[in-house]
Amino acid sequence: MIKIWSMKKNEDAAAKKKPKTSAAQIRVQKDLTELDLPPTMKTHFPDPADLLNFTLTITPDEGTRFLLLHISQSNSANNTSGMYKGGAFVFSFAINTNYPHDPPKVKCTQTIYHPNVDLEGNVCLNILREDWKPVLNLNSVMVGLQYLFLEPNADDPLNKEAAQEMSKNRDQFLNNVRASMRGGHIKGTQYDNVLVR
Amino acid sequence: MATETQSQPADWPGRYFHIDQVLNTPGPRTDESFLAGDGVKDFLRNKSKILVIGAGGLGCEILANLALTGFKDIHVIDMDTIDISNLNRQFLFRPKDVGKSKAIVAAEFIMKRVPGVKVTPYFGKIQDKDDAYYMQFNLVICGLDSVEARRWMNATLVNLVDPEEPESLKPLIDGGTEGFKGQARVILPTITSCYECSLDMLNKQTAFPICTIANTPRLPEHCIEWASVLEWPRVRGDLKLDTDDPEHIGWLYKIALARANEFKIEGVTWSLTQGVVKNIIPAIASTNAVIAAACCNEAFKIATSSAAYLNNYFMLIGTDGVYSYTFEHEKRDDCPVCGGEALEMTLKPTTTVEELIDILVEKQDIQIKKPSLSTPTKQIYFQAPPQLEEATRPNLEKKVSDLVPPGGEVTVTATTLPFSLSLRISYSE
Repeated sequence: MIKIWSMKKNEDAAAKKKPKTSAAQIRVQKDLTELDLPPTMKTHFPDPADLLNFTLTITPDEGTRFLLLHISQSNSANNTSGMYKGGAFVFSFAINTNYPHDPPKVKCTQTIYHPNVDLEGNVCLNILREDWKPVLNLNSVMVGLQYLFLEPNADDPLNKEAAQEMSKNRDQFLNNVRASMRGGHIKGTQYDNVLVR
Repeated sequence: MATETQSQPADWPGRYFHIDQVLNTPGPRTDESFLAGDGVKDFLRNKSKILVIGAGGLGCEILANLALTGFKDIHVIDMDTIDISNLNRQFLFRPKDVGKSKAIVAAEFIMKRVPGVKVTPYFGKIQDKDDAYYMQFNLVICGLDSVEARRWMNATLVNLVDPEEPESLKPLIDGGTEGFKGQARVILPTITSCYECSLDMLNKQTAFPICTIANTPRLPEHCIEWASVLEWPRVRGDLKLDTDDPEHIGWLYKIALARANEFKIEGVTWSLTQGVVKNIIPAIASTNAVIAAACCNEAFKIATSSAAYLNNYFMLIGTDGVYSYTFEHEKRDDCPVCGGEALEMTLKPTTTVEELIDILVEKQDIQIKKPSLSTPTKQIYFQAPPQLEEATRPNLEKKVSDLVPPGGEVTVTATTLPFSLSLRISYSE
């Protein structure tokens, strides 16, 4: 009798066996379906069934009114927050099964001229590495990325030349940004044409 | 060889003299359900089945402790092989064992040394095993070194719980050490706080700002990270870095050393390179011994009801003297594994996805706005982003019964939910 009971038990266990939605998967579903992105950012899923790999395209504008206000107070002579306007910058996102313990891996897919992005596409954004916390989400990362285009940070350079130019000669830097976005050469490096067509 | 030792007379006189002092008579702290004497001894020695995850620093201690306290049916899982650097503390292994499976060697050693104990090894990943496998055990003890494996084991045991079947609740005892610090905790899946509930308590791995690595390295670790994070993908392309491959570590070491020389930084060595990329924290044998003892003590108390078990989190800080602190970690309502509500839902076989969404939105007691739905394998309907909404929109007209099998699970997320809601769907005739 005991044997039959135990067989019955195993059958139940087998019937219950199912692929269970993982915590990482639920969290990604929650993050994605609750994204609150401005019109300047769009996600694209090469395979809509794969939520863990996608791209984000940022088409920066002049920034929000708050940023303009902030900049006009501190730097009114040199309002540059729209310097990357007209470009479309594509970032790849790769999320692993240990999300949100591990941050998403984000890379710029184009060669761009930006103080905080190197020629391999690595991005210097604190919340992508040393300041990542599981309470942050995909929305925070995306907003952080967009902020880099409104306020590049010459103090944390990944493209050292661009950063030096930005702090030394702002006008030349802005020219370089425009030229690079058209696919030009700067100091021997060919940049990708990122202009919105 | 192992079978020979097993057939030896197992219980010589006096073998359990000390353990029996605890099991023969109830004491002031014993549980009401405690069956002093033969009842409890029979369960511990002949009926209970315990699973040990990990046969490394903690695992070796745990296996020895369990065998000596009288657990006789022990299973052990480990996917690793023995490395020469393990031998200082993983005392079940000898130089001749280097390169062999930790689980198999540990099992053989215990069976040889402690007659009458059966240790069944599995050389592989915990993920290889299914629910039916985990269902056979009374208790699980984890001595793991990875967050990912703990999360998986925890989620698996939480999902195993069937309210109709008391035996489906498998207490999970989790031990962990990091240098002189350690922790032991008891998790009663779905009843007490689970591993996922405490995920935000974890210290993050030391990560250096990528710009420091790129521009202003000051530490040998910065040079090693430069080699592994920036130079490896740049030079080696799509080749995945294998931290167990000596050629890969050697390459990183060479690159890091050149970088260190350039910036006049001292201290880049082969072993530091390996330590940084594998995130190795020096293991201390005595910390492992303390934590393993705490874990096995809990296993013994839970299996025998001879004393109250840990409620529920014990930590040991051995960095400045010996300090320990025990507290009750609370269950989180919004825990993605054990929290959130589960609803049984009976639908007509003809109910469409759109109708199901309407039901969820109108349901007074949950009040969900804009729910997004998925099964463990596919999306059903996503409210956003626009591309996924569009891709899943055709599902709105489909019957739920075409997408979800009877008894299947649907995960619902929405801004108005603390985390998620899980629906178990059945169909009326």
